[in-house]
Amino acid sequence: MSRVRLWQISIIAGSVIALELLCRLAIIDRLTMLPPSQMVAALFDVAIGSSWFWPDVRYTLFNIVAAVAISVIGGFLIGVIVHAFPRLRRLTDPIFTSYYSVPTFILYPLLIVFFGIGPLSLIVMGALFGIVAMIVATIGAIDRIPRVLLKVARVSKLDPVRTALLLKLPATAPHLMTGLRLAVTYSIIGIIAGEFILATAGIGRRVALSYNDFDNRTMYALLILILAFAAGVNALLSTLEQGLHRRWYRS
Amino acid sequence: MNAQAARPRLEIATTSAANATHISLRGISQTYLTHTGYRAIHALGPIDFDFRPGEFVSIVGPSGCGKTTLLEIIAGLVTPTAGIVSVDGQEITGTVADGIGVVFQEDASFPWLNVWDNVAFGLRRAGLEAAETTQRVDDAVAFMGLSTFLSAYPSQLSGGMRQRVCIARTLVLRPQIILLDEPFGALDQQTRLLMGEELLRLWRATGATVMLITHALDEAALLSDRVAVMSSRPGRLIDVVATGWPRDRDSKLVAKPEFGAFTARLWATLRDESRKAMGIS
Repeated sequence: MSRVRLWQISIIAGSVIALELLCRLAIIDRLTMLPPSQMVAALFDVAIGSSWFWPDVRYTLFNIVAAVAISVIGGFLIGVIVHAFPRLRRLTDPIFTSYYSVPTFILYPLLIVFFGIGPLSLIVMGALFGIVAMIVATIGAIDRIPRVLLKVARVSKLDPVRTALLLKLPATAPHLMTGLRLAVTYSIIGIIAGEFILATAGIGRRVALSYNDFDNRTMYALLILILAFAAGVNALLSTLEQGLHRRWYRS
Repeated sequence: MNAQAARPRLEIATTSAANATHISLRGISQTYLTHTGYRAIHALGPIDFDFRPGEFVSIVGPSGCGKTTLLEIIAGLVTPTAGIVSVDGQEITGTVADGIGVVFQEDASFPWLNVWDNVAFGLRRAGLEAAETTQRVDDAVAFMGLSTFLSAYPSQLSGGMRQRVCIARTLVLRPQIILLDEPFGALDQQTRLLMGEELLRLWRATGATVMLITHALDEAALLSDRVAVMSSRPGRLIDVVATGWPRDRDSKLVAKPEFGAFTARLWATLRDESRKAMGIS
């Protein structure tokens, strides 16, 4: 393990221990925050003892998977199309570059009007949030395909489909992976935040409910669950992405 | 400007001598439009040249004279503004001929495949039996001295070794025409000489027609049956010199006085052109 990684882990562990002590010594009020150890204990309690926990987890997970699928597949296809038409690219470029400066959530009420309060609004919200990251990554990835590989494809007399599958796709893999990681992260944010604002089920909604009911134990239990889930998914995808980058570019 | 309309239709010589021509270039010329599209830059030609079957020809010339463009025209990757490329009497201008292998100047190894799979890439789609594929890949890999790196990925290899992977990937297909664009540019002098010897060995074994682009005059002099010298832009052939070496030559040739004299002659022709290309008169 590298020194930097050791420091990173120490800082996180130190912060958790510090928080634990501050709560236990009542420097932080129990009404404000639970000690981290009790958050974990509370999470076990709701996971075993409540009737709503697993259905809500399933609901949220399903929405995330659907939103990720739309963002990644749709973003990839739109990216390929936009890249193929330079005029379309010039036209859409300002939209894509300024996209994340717009608070997309102001569109959520609009989505509810269109799609109703249910999974569809949430999935569209998550997909809207994630798709542009994938589009931008796909366009950048195709830009970076070394021209010499395309010459190899022509000399080898590969048809366009084989060129795409055997050369272009693997050549772009590391950059597509970056897009995938961002799309997944943004889709998770979109779904959880959408549920938090207005939904009929889901972990995000459950956080909002327990917050309104002053049910600190449940709220912190779910917060720590969401944090761990988002960080875990991100860590996994980052590891894959770094592995690809090392194999493709280290010399 | 309509380039297609201006393209002269030249008859291909069909005399008895045509049998002794493998690749024929007639009136090859290339003109680029600048980015703004208002100015045409005459980059290359007109070039007329015949490659005899099984001949090793090197092309030398000042940088920017269009050597790579000429190679890409022969490979069928670029359609010339004017002129005709034929292989075995068949016009192939602008299309990739059958049995052609190209080694590019840039690293063209596939980073997602290990050495063995890189070399096997083309053969996998050639419809060969698995045993035949394995045998040919193993041979090509051994030939290029990569046998101990079969499962290594390009990112774990040096630039020179990656270039050897690309050469092996081309050789394994047993092309009848091999086009090489400064394949040893990234190698040190000793490795260059040795790789040159390997290339000669391969050329003798396969009987392929080879065109080698290089900026190293000694390399051109050592390896070739004929050396073609190109002028500064627009690149034309200003001299074509036969070396007269025997077919089973090797790098010991470098020590002979004729070798020095030959290299000196090449440099004498090339010096003025290189000065022109650099803007020194």
